[in-house]
Amino acid sequence: MSGQTDVWTLAVILGLACVTVLTRCFFFILDRPWTLPGWAHRALQYAPVAALAGVVAPEVLMSGGHFLPTWEDARPFAALAGALVYFWRRSVLWTIVAGMAVYLPLHLVLGW
Amino acid sequence: MFFLRSNYAHPAFREGALDMVPLATGIAAWGLMTGVAMVKSGMSVVEALAMTFLVYAGSSQLAAIPLIVAAAPAWVILATGFCVNLRFVVFSLHLRPYLMHLPRWRRMVNGYLTADLSYALFTRRFPVPGDTDAQHREQEAYLAGNYFVTWSSWMLPGVVGIALANFIPSAWGLGFAGVLCLVGILCSLANTRLRLFSAGVAAAAAVVAYALPLKLNIVAAIAVAVLASFWLEGRVPRRWSEA
Repeated sequence: MSGQTDVWTLAVILGLACVTVLTRCFFFILDRPWTLPGWAHRALQYAPVAALAGVVAPEVLMSGGHFLPTWEDARPFAALAGALVYFWRRSVLWTIVAGMAVYLPLHLVLGW
Repeated sequence: MFFLRSNYAHPAFREGALDMVPLATGIAAWGLMTGVAMVKSGMSVVEALAMTFLVYAGSSQLAAIPLIVAAAPAWVILATGFCVNLRFVVFSLHLRPYLMHLPRWRRMVNGYLTADLSYALFTRRFPVPGDTDAQHREQEAYLAGNYFVTWSSWMLPGVVGIALANFIPSAWGLGFAGVLCLVGILCSLANTRLRLFSAGVAAAAAVVAYALPLKLNIVAAIAVAVLASFWLEGRVPRRWSEA
């Protein structure tokens, strides 16, 4: 794969761009008003937060396909610090700053 | 659209841009790291540039990178991107009354450029859609100011990251900034008790089902979390559904 441009990858990237447009414009592409079926509306209350949690949790809690083989891992501590700071300051930027302030010393100095 | 004079010449454009400036460093750090991460994981410079300029959605880019590198089937990559972007479907329902007076192509350009932070600032500044022509123009200009800053502070660092990727050691782990940005967006969406519950169930399910091929653990996590939330919804007090 490394460094080679191939048509398949470019087609997938184009497809992902279409997914961005489709999801960001979903309810105002058509002119006439329309609604989703009731169950889909209810699902949209819970699905977005579930999707992000499903992406984030393995990135923070797993390594090499296993659940935290050692507690000496900088990621869960950094993510927890970031989340706490979010609920304190309500800012995504402060979440990143606080999380990295915990992550970098643990990761670079202690080698976690 | 920041390229239309009716938008960038309006005073609300400047206001929208200035409101976004404090957040630009976070977006820039994330854009830089996404650029580095794409090249570091084996995508070519052309592919990484195409991804930055066309997809313009950090979370779905981060989720798609390992799948593209592993040459997963295209439908799996697109479905994963769609799932990660589901929150935008909810935002689009909220934004509809603000945009419906515009012709379709202008709605879609505005929609495409409105990501998490522009949506959040815009709906906080204008809690109700405009009625008059002047209000419509003010609101569109403010939104354009928001996403002008977001777009620039995503694209420029993204290109810099792609160019410098080979000089930044992976061992520093700076890509973790991207995960932390997702943590922040996740916290901002978990604004009711039932949504917090949904996030917890999905996190556990995604870890338990990790061995599924093709990142299908994300799809499984959404299904389990939504069904569990439906089940709990009828059994808890109404305020669990309120922010």
